[in-house]
Amino acid sequence: MGPIGENEFFFLMQGLKWTVLLAIVGFIGGGIFGILIALLRTSKTKVARTITAGYIGVFQGTPLLMQLFVVYYGVALLGIEVNAWIAVAIAFTLHASAFLGEIWRGSIEAVPKGQTEAANALGLHYVSRMKDVILPQALKISMPATIGFLVQLIKGTSLAAIVGFIELTRAGQIISNQTYRPLLVFGIVGAIYFIICWPLSHAGSGLEKRMAKAAR
Amino acid sequence: MTYRFDFGAVLDRAPELLWGSLGTLGLALAGMLLALVIGILGVVARTSKSEITRTPVIVFVEVVRNTPFLVQIFFIYFALPLMGIRLNPTVTAIIALGINGGAYAIEIIRGGVESVSRGQIEAGFALGLHKTDVFRLIVLKPALRAIYPSLTSQFIMLTLTTSVCTSIAAYELTSAAQRIESDTFRSFEVYFTVTAVYLVISTLMMGLFALISRHYFNYPTR
Repeated sequence: MGPIGENEFFFLMQGLKWTVLLAIVGFIGGGIFGILIALLRTSKTKVARTITAGYIGVFQGTPLLMQLFVVYYGVALLGIEVNAWIAVAIAFTLHASAFLGEIWRGSIEAVPKGQTEAANALGLHYVSRMKDVILPQALKISMPATIGFLVQLIKGTSLAAIVGFIELTRAGQIISNQTYRPLLVFGIVGAIYFIICWPLSHAGSGLEKRMAKAAR
Repeated sequence: MTYRFDFGAVLDRAPELLWGSLGTLGLALAGMLLALVIGILGVVARTSKSEITRTPVIVFVEVVRNTPFLVQIFFIYFALPLMGIRLNPTVTAIIALGINGGAYAIEIIRGGVESVSRGQIEAGFALGLHKTDVFRLIVLKPALRAIYPSLTSQFIMLTLTTSVCTSIAAYELTSAAQRIESDTFRSFEVYFTVTAVYLVISTLMMGLFALISRHYFNYPTR
């Protein structure tokens, strides 16, 4: 058995850096496309609604690990020379866009109908109605679920380890193989995820309780 | 050079994919049952009056829900042999799935139990219903109906999560896919096909759950 020293800890921190970056890129990229998906999913055009419903259904009905594999090897087939980091980031962006799109569709539909009618009565056009009236309210409604998904996404980035991308979990695997101390290493790795995820979960459920109380 | 797709190489191995799918269903079903048992026992302990039984359940739920399943399965995979328990990877995977699903089940079931109001139970007794009928008709059925949507969608998530069990070489669809990939080098075709199989599995499960719900919970609430 080898000791877990400064070098090993530094290696884990390097992995953590990629976990955090991957989660941030996936969340921001997924957020941008997610708004688009949510708007198309709630639009008046039937074709747009059907296509986005299918898109969401496929991502919610298949394992994240399979999505990673398909995008990872699919991007390589396109003949573009991309490194593992870009391929994995694309996969998480697509995954997040489907889940956030579905969460935000629900929030847009949860905004009272009267708001849309009032905006129409005031003569606001679509962009202004969405940007100034509906989306700000929908965003507020969606906050607990959005934070909940962010936690899911951070935990989900660990699956990039199976594709071979060196993030926190893969770094843990490597250290574990070198030091023969799997329980200590995965204990530390788990604790790091917990330190990141728990405050977020806590904030999310706190927000949910406060909003439920306010609605009563 | 343009890439030529060759799904034939994958379809030749269809029997393996079928067995893998059955492995996935088996893992999912066993995992769900274990999750339900952990969920019910957890709720009993979580709603008890003594702090000594409540606190460990709260800690368990928070730890499991805020760490990745992959880390959990690695931890369990290495921890069991140290405790003197030697199991094959598939059984280890079921334990990991049950523990993970159990933590979510505790929170879901607790919400359902708390949704039944005391007044209804008292009303049941006032109408002269027997104790077992009060539990069956007034506590259990509405509670089941209240938790059914979240519990079943959690079960579908658990089924999709089984794919992660390939990391400890449990017998299921993703590990079958990885074997075929390493033999044929048709990575994209293999994973594309298997993703479609997962979509079929989860869609069928959703349909089945909806059917059960329509059959058992088809009565007006107010």
